Parts: sequence; structure tokens; C-alpha cells
Amino acid sequence: MAFKHKHLLGIQNLTSSEITTVLDTAESFFEVSTREVKKVPTLRGKTIINLFFEPSTRTRSSFELAAKRLSADIINFNLNASSAAKGESFKDTILNLEAMNPDAIIIRHSCSGATHYAATFSQSNIINAGDGFHEHPTQALLDAFTIREKKKSFKGLKVVIVGDILHSRVARSNIFLLRKMGARVILVGPPPLLPEELTQFGVEIDFNLDRAVEGADVIMMLRIQLERQAKNFFPSIREYRNLYSLTAQRFQRAKKNAIIMHPGPINRGVEISADMADCAKSVILKQVENGVAVRMAVLYLLLGGKEREGTD
Amino acid sequence: MRVLIKNGRVVDPSTGTDKTLDLLIEKGKITQIKPNIRASGAKAINASGLVVAPGFIDMHVHLREPGQEDKETIATGARAAAKGGFTSIACMPNTNPINDNRGVTEYILSEAKKNAAVNIFPIASITKEEKGKELTDMADLMDAGAKAFSDDGMPVQNSQVMRRALEYSKILNTVIIDHCEDKNLSADGVMHEGYYSYFFGLAGIPASSEETIVSRDIILANKADAAIHIAHVSVKGAVDLVKEAKRKKVKVTAEVTPHHLFLTDSLIESYDTNLKMNPPLRSKEDVRALKQAVKDGTIDVFATDHAPHTVDEKDVEFDRAPFGINGLETAVSLLLDKLVDKNVISLHRFIEMISTNPALILRLENKGKICVGADADLTILNLNKIIRVDVNSFKSKSRNNPFQDWELKGAPEMTIVGGKTVYSSSSLKNT
Repeated sequence: MAFKHKHLLGIQNLTSSEITTVLDTAESFFEVSTREVKKVPTLRGKTIINLFFEPSTRTRSSFELAAKRLSADIINFNLNASSAAKGESFKDTILNLEAMNPDAIIIRHSCSGATHYAATFSQSNIINAGDGFHEHPTQALLDAFTIREKKKSFKGLKVVIVGDILHSRVARSNIFLLRKMGARVILVGPPPLLPEELTQFGVEIDFNLDRAVEGADVIMMLRIQLERQAKNFFPSIREYRNLYSLTAQRFQRAKKNAIIMHPGPINRGVEISADMADCAKSVILKQVENGVAVRMAVLYLLLGGKEREGTD
Repeated sequence: MRVLIKNGRVVDPSTGTDKTLDLLIEKGKITQIKPNIRASGAKAINASGLVVAPGFIDMHVHLREPGQEDKETIATGARAAAKGGFTSIACMPNTNPINDNRGVTEYILSEAKKNAAVNIFPIASITKEEKGKELTDMADLMDAGAKAFSDDGMPVQNSQVMRRALEYSKILNTVIIDHCEDKNLSADGVMHEGYYSYFFGLAGIPASSEETIVSRDIILANKADAAIHIAHVSVKGAVDLVKEAKRKKVKVTAEVTPHHLFLTDSLIESYDTNLKMNPPLRSKEDVRALKQAVKDGTIDVFATDHAPHTVDEKDVEFDRAPFGINGLETAVSLLLDKLVDKNVISLHRFIEMISTNPALILRLENKGKICVGADADLTILNLNKIIRVDVNSFKSKSRNNPFQDWELKGAPEMTIVGGKTVYSSSSLKNT
């Protein structure tokens, strides 16, 4: 059960057995959140900083609750990336926070590689809460936790990920994780958001959602952002909805016990119809619930073990 | 003053020379080339075991003065050039203000005269303020001393403007140099578009952004019967276009940088901003095509695209770092080690690409050759010397170079400009 990382920068750096370690640890922490007194003393005396350069509700609160339920002290910094860019540099911001002796810094940033860069000069444990279009490792881990809960194993599962793959850090981390765990991954979206080179990740690509959904075990919908339309990645939301929205009709083609996932926030009636988002097969809120346990596990594995020193 | 260079292996592609000879320099010119010259009172330099080449010319340098002297000045850039083995450098016009009028060109030349260790040849912009709209007063700029025209960094997007520039340039005996990039295709890209950009989550600059403009420029230059020089070719598709154009006798020449020859996009895994430049590091397949193009003559020139930036500017997130790397002090050793020592190309071909050809393209009449009457600009090389790159020993003001700690075989020992020694390594003692 070794987890010898100093930082959690991405799924890319983890082995399948390390991923399993995180999921197993999360399972043991899950119960804490169901207690009357939702707190264990595991990380008492540790200081954690939530440093968010992009807006976030889910991820930031999830990390905050995870830290608090482990009895760590956590503070939040929400900085507007663009105003920060004009004033203090990212590096100076981190060095200043570090002067207050935190143990870990959780970073979300709009630039890919920002957390890797931070890890080159920071003394703290760095946890990536989403960097640009690159990775969002705790999201992939909580998605994996949810899939494992419902499907028991990853081997041979047909997972369909639908939407703006090109700009999605959630998709990237999920692709890395699911391939490491032996699932079959099919990416679906309009061609400008789904370059051919992605097949080199060991995944299949399909531009036709009806075909791809056929026999799927897991369907993961991604949020589609309006600004992509402005750059002509697709002609209109109306056309996108016609071709790539998950509707009841399309979902019928999946396996009977298939599950519907979404990292949120969802655009009801755009990438997913409201009835699908709320149906019994949807595990969207379960993902959110599991997120706290998974983040408790990540904080514990990075901060709680005896071996503080390790590689990233 | 007279200088006698003794017993060097004189290699000059323009005359086909490759022989151990003495060179006598008088009043900044080469006056004798033969074995065993006797010249009493001349300062003697023992070049035995060393290569004496026509002075190297880097036709793609950013000196940052006027306007951004925190990155580089004409004086520091010239010192870096001298140490790197270059006797002449051509500086791009994207200073502040832009070199788009006689005043700026004259300023650069007067600063160069006062402070520069090597020859400085200004390149003026094609359009006013590099805005891609109105042509500069090209004849007046040439009269002031500009040697070529380029909107490097802010390449001309409007094809009609480029067409007019090429047509007009014909009355001037000059060349238009283009950084070929369709800004709509490259958009907010920061690295080569492909597997690795998708992997690292960084916005891509597609090969097509270079290929489409190379293709456009070749078509326009052919129609205008004007000379076009393609700056820093980086992709296979562009190489293929240049090769085909040369076959059709279009007046096209092309350059390549050491970093595009020796580094690939996969290295950006580290998000090291010293790997960020434009055009970006490309794929392995592109690198292979570039090396082949150097061998088969499709690419004519080695140039550095020396682009100094301060440490602080580069010590940021990858997306936010400026494009460009420092190149003057590593180029010669990189090329000697990776291409000449590894027998990819001959020493002769190397010198042709770093001295003979840039002199021809920039129409520098008495440079790029060793013959009686030529300017006494010489680069003396030690092909066996092993050096280790250390950015902290750079003469340049900046340190943004990705080759730190590389061990390389072959280095400049002495740089002579107009008969005057402007750089000498500690190991070469004058006798």
C-alpha cells in the first residue's frame, strides 16, 4: 500500500496500484461523513491552503470539507487569475503563502502545467485541483471511485466520454486513469473538439453518439462551453444538442445497468436532457458525495503518512 | 596594423579552399593567402591545429535596443555574438520603437559603431510599426543602412501587402525575410499542435500555420520574380514547399535554427519556459526532415533567432512566458557537435550555411569569404575542444537557453572582425 508521492500533480504520474490505494483509502474514509460527528483527528495540526485562480464551488468546498473532517486547518484564497497576472506573479504568491508554513497547497489554475511549475520551487505538498486543459486528478479519482462502487471492476468496461475533449482536463485525467485500470474508452464529440491524435492515448474516437453509446457501461457527459461556439468548434448550441445531447432515446442503446456521469456544473437541456440528469441511472450527485471521501484519502496519503519525503 | 595568422586550416566554401595556409591582414582586409608568409612586425596568431573560416554571420538576431535594454543591448548582444563565433549579425526590427524609419536605423548603426564588437546589419520592417498595412520607405531605409526587410514576430497577414512589398523590393537589390505564420491558425497556441500538445493540455500551433504562409510567399515571390527568405523553417511541410519552389527556380532561400534541429516538442513535459519559442519545437518527424533539408541543400542558412528575455519574464506559467530563446553563444558548438562531428554534414557545408550563404542572401559583398581583398572577418574554430554550456557565463544579458549543461565538442577559439580580435578563448595564446 505504498504511496510515495510528495505531490499529486496528475493521474499520469500514478500507477494502477497507487490508484487502487487511493480508492481503498477513500472507502475507509467514506463512513466519516455519515457520522453524527463528522470528524477524525487524523490531520490535526496540519495547515492546508486552497489556492484557486479560477472560480469553483464544488472542488473547493469538497477539498475544504475533506480537510475539516480530517481536523486540518484550511484557508481559502480565491484569486482572479487575470488580475493576479497584472500584479504579483504566481510564483511570488506561492512563496508568500509558503512563508506562513503551510503543509499543503491545493491549486487550481487556468494555465496547464501551473502546478508542475509550482512543484519545482515549492516546499509544500502540491495538489492539483485542475490545471488549464491538462489534468484534474481528484475528479478522475472520484469518478473512478463511483464507477468501482457501481461496477466493481474496470476491466473491459465500455466507457463513453462525450463533449469538449480538447479543452477538458476532466477528460484527460479520466482517459489516463481508465486506460491504466483496463477500461475501454470511446471519446465522442464534433471533429474540431476531437483530434485524431487522441487515439494515441489508447482510446477510440467516434463522431456519432448514437453508435458510440451502443452497449456502453458508463456514459460520462462533459459540460459544453458557449465560448467554443464563438471560435467555431461547432456551429451552434442547437446543432450541438441535436447531435451530442444525452437523451432518453439515445440512452436506451446503452446497457441496461449503464450509469450516467457528469463532473458538473451541468447545462440542463444542452449536453444532457433534464430527465436524464435526474433519472435513477444518473450518479451525478453520488460523484459529488464521493468527492469528499476521495479528497480525504488524497490529503491523508500525502500528509498523514510517516514518509513525507518522496518523489512526485 | 598587420596581423599574421599562421598555419591554420583555411576552409572557405566560396573559393573551395581547404588547406593549411597563412593569412596576412592589413588595414582590416585580407592581403595575402599562402603558405609561409613572412611579415616582420605583424602580430602573429598561431592557428596550428585550428580551422580558420570566413567570419560567421547570424542573419536572425533580436538585439532589443532601442526600447528593451533590460533584455539585451546592442553592446551585450554583440559581445555574445563575438563569443559565439559570429563576426556579423543582422538585427530584427521589432524594437521599441520599431525600426521602420531612417531615424531608428541610424540610431542602431551609430550605437553599433560606438559599442558593438561585431558588425551589426539592421533589418528594417516591411510595414510601418509592423502593423501589416502600409509599406515602409524601403529605399530610404536601405540608404540609411538597412540590409533586408522583415515584420518578424508580427508577420504580414494581408497577402496583398506582401505582394506589393515583394514587387517593390525588386528595385532595391534586397530580400524580404518572412516569419511564416498564419496568426488565425496559430491563435493562442503556445507549442506545436499534435499528440504532445493534447497530452500536456497546451494550446497548439499547427504545422499548417507555417505551411500556408510559406506556400503563399512562394507563389507571390514567383509571380513578382522577387527574393524571399523563409525564416526559421520548422516543419516538414514547409521544407517540401521550399524544395519544390527551388526546383522551379523561385528565388527562395531558407534558414533553420539549432533548437529546431536538436529539440522536439516532447520535452515540454517539464513545462520549462526555455522550451517556448515561435515557431515552436516540432515533432521528431519534422526534425528528421529538417536535418535532411540541411544535407540536401533545401535549407541554406543556420540562424539563431536569438531572442533574449529576462529571467523574471520566463519564470512564470508556460502560457504566460514570452516566446523566444537565447542562441548566439550555443549555436556554433551545437552545430559542430551534432552535425559536423557526427558526420551529418561536412565542415565545408557547415561554413557555407553559417557564413557564405548568409553573406550572399544579405548581399554583404566583402564578407563570407576568404580571398584577397575580402574583409578580415574570421572565425577560428577548435573542432576538438569540449565545452559545457553554462548560461551564467553568457556575455548576453539574458539566460533563457535550454541547452544548460550540454557537453559539446567543437567551439570558436577566436573571433576577428576587420582584423581586430574581438573574442579569444583563454586557451588560445597570441605568440
